[in-house]
Amino acid sequence: MAAVAGRVPAPSASGRTPLWRDVRVLRILLQVAVVVGVAALLNYLYGNLVTNLRSTGLSPGYGFLRQPYGVDIPGSDFRPGQSVRDALAVGFANTLRVAGVGILLATVIGIAVGVGRLSTNLLVRRSAALYVETLRNIPVFLIIFFMFTVVIQGLLPPITEAIEVLGITVFSNRGLYIPFLEAQANVGVFTAVTGLGLMAAIVVMAWRTRRSDATGAPHHRVLWGLGVLAGVVVVGYLALDQPVALTVPSREGRAVTGGLEVNPSYAALLIGLVIYTASHIAEVVRGSIQSVAKGQGEAATAIGLTAFQRLRHVILPQAFRVMIPPLANQYLNLTKNSSLAVAIGYFEITRVTTSVIGNAAPAPQGFSVLMLLYLILSLGISLVANLVNRRLRIGTR
Amino acid sequence: MTAVATQEYVAPPPADPTPGGFRRDPRTWLRKNLFDSPASSVLTVVFGVLLAYLLYRAARYVFVTGRWEFIRVQLISFMVGPNFFAGGGTLPRLWTALYLLSTLAGVTAGVSAARGRAAGLRETLRRAAPALLGLAVVLSFTRTLTPTLLALGAIAAFLVVRLAVGRLPLTLTRRAWVLQVVLFVAAVWVLTRFQGGAWDSWGGLLLTVFVAAAAIVASFPLGVLLALGRRSSFPAIRPICVGYIELIRGVPLISLLFVGQFALGFFFPPGATRPGNIARAIIMITLFTGAYTAEIVRGGLQSVPAGQTEAAKAIGLSPLRTTAVIVLPQALRNVIPALVGQFISLLKDTTLLTIIGVQELLGVSQLALSGDFRGQLLAPEAFAFVAFLFWVLCYSMSRASQRLEGRLGVGVR
Repeated sequence: MAAVAGRVPAPSASGRTPLWRDVRVLRILLQVAVVVGVAALLNYLYGNLVTNLRSTGLSPGYGFLRQPYGVDIPGSDFRPGQSVRDALAVGFANTLRVAGVGILLATVIGIAVGVGRLSTNLLVRRSAALYVETLRNIPVFLIIFFMFTVVIQGLLPPITEAIEVLGITVFSNRGLYIPFLEAQANVGVFTAVTGLGLMAAIVVMAWRTRRSDATGAPHHRVLWGLGVLAGVVVVGYLALDQPVALTVPSREGRAVTGGLEVNPSYAALLIGLVIYTASHIAEVVRGSIQSVAKGQGEAATAIGLTAFQRLRHVILPQAFRVMIPPLANQYLNLTKNSSLAVAIGYFEITRVTTSVIGNAAPAPQGFSVLMLLYLILSLGISLVANLVNRRLRIGTR
Repeated sequence: MTAVATQEYVAPPPADPTPGGFRRDPRTWLRKNLFDSPASSVLTVVFGVLLAYLLYRAARYVFVTGRWEFIRVQLISFMVGPNFFAGGGTLPRLWTALYLLSTLAGVTAGVSAARGRAAGLRETLRRAAPALLGLAVVLSFTRTLTPTLLALGAIAAFLVVRLAVGRLPLTLTRRAWVLQVVLFVAAVWVLTRFQGGAWDSWGGLLLTVFVAAAAIVASFPLGVLLALGRRSSFPAIRPICVGYIELIRGVPLISLLFVGQFALGFFFPPGATRPGNIARAIIMITLFTGAYTAEIVRGGLQSVPAGQTEAAKAIGLSPLRTTAVIVLPQALRNVIPALVGQFISLLKDTTLLTIIGVQELLGVSQLALSGDFRGQLLAPEAFAFVAFLFWVLCYSMSRASQRLEGRLGVGVR
């Protein structure tokens, strides 16, 4: 607590504290001074902004959002005639695409490496340590840049000599094509049916848990849940006459048909972000597993749990609770680092915004929109992390 | 509950599962560590082959196939930037600054030694190994012997100063920070004043380290003030600090650098001289790091027990003195490792200056690949060299921070 209450003032002749030594008055004065100072500074900056915008002939409002964007966005059906606002929406979706897939992959790799660092096998332990200590100490931008200029642009062959692994991929410096699901008729209904199946699975899992709590019989809720989901999906798939089909890319000369095209910039950005963030997540995972008191593991062994049971029921539940805040931090970092795509030409929000600014839109407003979008993303991730955190805490302590 | 808000979660290094104290014969050791179970044996074989192949390829690249003459030609650009000499910089100035900095490092190490935290020779060598390796690699690219001799001289200066300061009485070493500040300012002056080159002509490693150091020094007071404001009991000041911290922490650094580059000029009064490229970048990085430093310091403030404040009040200290003399010193000591972690990530973040056209280490590698070298596919060599330099800097610092963590007992409850 900083600067709270002052020395007890000596009573003056009249028995009352003079105003200039009264702590309550001083506190209010200080706060008023700070608030007025900050407000004056902001007002001054805003005044300068308006004057400067006028003198350079830029409009002080946000009218530029309705102007046409004027450029194509690769990898989307965006037309140059559409507005800046639509371009930002496409950019936002692209940011989410990188951040979502990146978070998923980085978590998987990070957990594997983090657990690997605690392996009893010396070689596995050392390999994981090598991975972490190398990648953690190199700037993420360097990694992304390296992936783009050296690996994607330098190592991948031209389209006529594309790498075709097992005949199902087409990797070239033009683009990466991988097999993917392709929507046929009825795909909307099928998605809805899958959603219903998911809900049914959750209800069944809850029911199994309740039953297990009441009777003590083993619940097997994961098995039951997956079974229900699989049943619904299979029935839906057959009833709706194959709403999704597998599409495999094939190359003839310079043309590629089918498959999912992955933009080379996207691939470079994703790989760079994932391998860098995974090295940090690995440290988080290792730290939280080690933070579980040693006696817990020993006690689990003493009551006869197997190694797997010990990990599943004793160590991991406790480690997971410690893990969430730093893990959320890493997810935030990954999302914010996706802005580095600006240097390698993947059109996420930062790239879109800079090209808008380059197109004579006023810079202060343009960047304020960009920062607002990132704030929304960050607050969203923090919110989810806090919810999970609270849920895990309730009833356990 | 100590909630130290660090950007980077630094955990203590893994304990070696093989207990020391008694020696095992090699066969038992092999069994225990590599062939404990069938699954473990499979892993050993798979990882052994993978690791051996990786190391073979890496060694082959470093010693046989890599075209490192390119680094030799461009070494000066990597170290101080391509425009350093054109901007008025000279080699003697550079070396003088380097000697001043090595004296500074000597004073710092000496102060630490005087407080009885000195390590033995073997331990010191082990700690300095990554830095010495980096220095050796850089020197191996020089064309004459002079830089090597001068560098050895700098190391000697470091050692002499360290020994000398280590012998000084504690009352004097407490004032050593004055000397440290003077030495740092002198090093910058030697490079910039007296018709020297301006910052804007700097580049390469020099710029990377300078921007990081300037930003951390400038952001520290900002961070402490914000943290105190956020923890204070002033209902009107708290939301201002919270708003600033959360706003800055919610956006990526590159967006702030763009603001500095393209929008900051709009906020200056019309007709005022606007700061240069690098100064603007330092301003924005300072504003950015200030918010993160504030969260770290806040963690430190929360870790100081309430009894300390109460005791200070009981002996009649004013609130200001309580904060300055009792709470802050303890809080800051607790968060030194986290601050080092922040410094590491700041150093790595300076690579973003490339995006706004400032030629720091990574930017130089881009420049070196154009012109005469275009189309020779030398990018891997340039990236490898830059990555290696960053690795040496960051790894040394993260090691130092882990050591501090152990010594201060942070994280041990």
